[in-house]
Amino acid sequence: MPIFSLASPELALLILSGLILLIDVFTPQRLRFLTYLLVQATLVVAFLLAIAQYRHHAELLVTFNGHYVVDKLAILLKLFIYVMSFASFAYAREYIEERKIASSEYYILGLFCVMGMSVMASAYSLLTIYLGLELLSLPLYALVASHKDSQQATEAAMKYFVMGALASGMLLYGISILYGLTGSIQIPEIARLIHAAPTATVSLALIFILAALLFKFGAVPFHMWVPDVYQGAPTSVTLFIASAPKIAAFGITMRILVQALPELHVAWEQILTVIAFLSMFFGNLLAIVQTNIKRMLAYSSIAHIGYSLLGIIAGPSSHDGYSAALFYITTYVLVAAGAFGIVALLSRTGIEADQLEDYRGLNARNPWLAFMLLLLMFSMAGVPPTVGFFAKLGLLVSLVEAHRVWLAVAALVFALIGAYYYLRVVMLMYFEEPTEANASKPVTLSWDMQLAVTVNGVAVLALGVLPSALIDLCRIVI
Amino acid sequence: MISLNEFLILAAMLFGLGIAGIIINRKNIIILLMSLELLLLAVNTNFIAFSYFLKNEVGQVFVFFVLTVAAAEAAIGLAIMVVMYRRQGTIEIERLDTLKG
Repeated sequence: MPIFSLASPELALLILSGLILLIDVFTPQRLRFLTYLLVQATLVVAFLLAIAQYRHHAELLVTFNGHYVVDKLAILLKLFIYVMSFASFAYAREYIEERKIASSEYYILGLFCVMGMSVMASAYSLLTIYLGLELLSLPLYALVASHKDSQQATEAAMKYFVMGALASGMLLYGISILYGLTGSIQIPEIARLIHAAPTATVSLALIFILAALLFKFGAVPFHMWVPDVYQGAPTSVTLFIASAPKIAAFGITMRILVQALPELHVAWEQILTVIAFLSMFFGNLLAIVQTNIKRMLAYSSIAHIGYSLLGIIAGPSSHDGYSAALFYITTYVLVAAGAFGIVALLSRTGIEADQLEDYRGLNARNPWLAFMLLLLMFSMAGVPPTVGFFAKLGLLVSLVEAHRVWLAVAALVFALIGAYYYLRVVMLMYFEEPTEANASKPVTLSWDMQLAVTVNGVAVLALGVLPSALIDLCRIVI
Repeated sequence: MISLNEFLILAAMLFGLGIAGIIINRKNIIILLMSLELLLLAVNTNFIAFSYFLKNEVGQVFVFFVLTVAAAEAAIGLAIMVVMYRRQGTIEIERLDTLKG
């Protein structure tokens, strides 16, 4: 008999999103903001349930015939996912209202994505990993296409769909080989039985699965979709894609590579080393030549994924490799959400503030917003005292501990190259005059958006000044 | 008696055809969707073959889930295609070229 209470956050999400779908049908048009409030309330409920689990379940618990796990890692990932999704919906509200994107469907599809990510965080068999991944991806394709009047958005949706479906095909092929070798799809079983299998076939399965995971992350040989989708999708959706799904992808990577295939760690360390190096190289270099800020941030996200892979590479032979990777990815996601949030807030009806030119002289138009963007850019570049500095520091320390000094040096060099284009945004904001078209328009924000940006920016600074609580949390769970 | 290897070779060929269809095809999105479907069917063949020869039902259960998800995936793909057709009046892949840089 499965223990349903262990899956309480997912069950709450499922029941409440079903209810919200029904309520939405019977709500008159003028009360549609109710859907938004209900969706956010659902996320709060799921968050509270996950917190309660964190208090009660110290050890690992497995249920639903070994397909579902509750451990500290799963719960912490879920907490991060709920917080980041809450923030992305909050940033999205004004943006989608102005563009007349069907609003209630938007939030409900988003809620299904959150459910998928939640399942991914708790998945303990390859079947649940696959189902969670699809439950995340399918609504995301629809969300990207939700701005039906925009040619760019439909094109981005089509590209994202084809690439995503190809990646799930590869994941399934890898899973089928693993199943054939071990006769099981459960993570601990695979870890127990894999050493008896022939090495060449196991490597084949590993390559297919890694390719699919890196597709989802958007690391270099599989990064083609990232810039197109980030640029073409409505900014609120870009913000969502860039945030919570990365945390969930980290979760399944940990389950598959570290918990199911620890026997093969030499093989996947070598593959990931090449991929991390290439991601940092191409991500940072191609970001320099971009004139569109969404595309620039897309290439920067490729580079940041490269950095967080460094932690996984260092993991098997150092103390804190995995926790440094988790810390890096959570803080990066926080920063990326803030940056895309500001892009979304500056955009007004009919105008997308997605060119770098639009940020010229932002300080003269709205000093507070410019200061928040400055904090976020500093954090991406890794300038102390923002949180990005400690994230990079943790990674470098664990790389040195794992005797991969050359990789640490390479990461540092690429971070310096990357600092150029982040600081260019800061320079445009503070030392240039606004373009003539923008000069007369001060940027005004409603109070709740002002609050959201402020919380985000201050969190980046506060976590930079006092990072130890979050670092300890990441260390406890892994 | 057909052995496991023959099934696996068949599945690998189907999978290869699917990938080739996605890469080579420059014309039509419907063919792209068919190739994606072929990928999933190749995987299903793999699962069923393993399940039969290992005398283990897990693979067959997995296939049911894959089939269900494949149906949902095709629905989303076709829906995006309809939106694109309304917007551009064509479903040629070569027209997907406004995003560059």
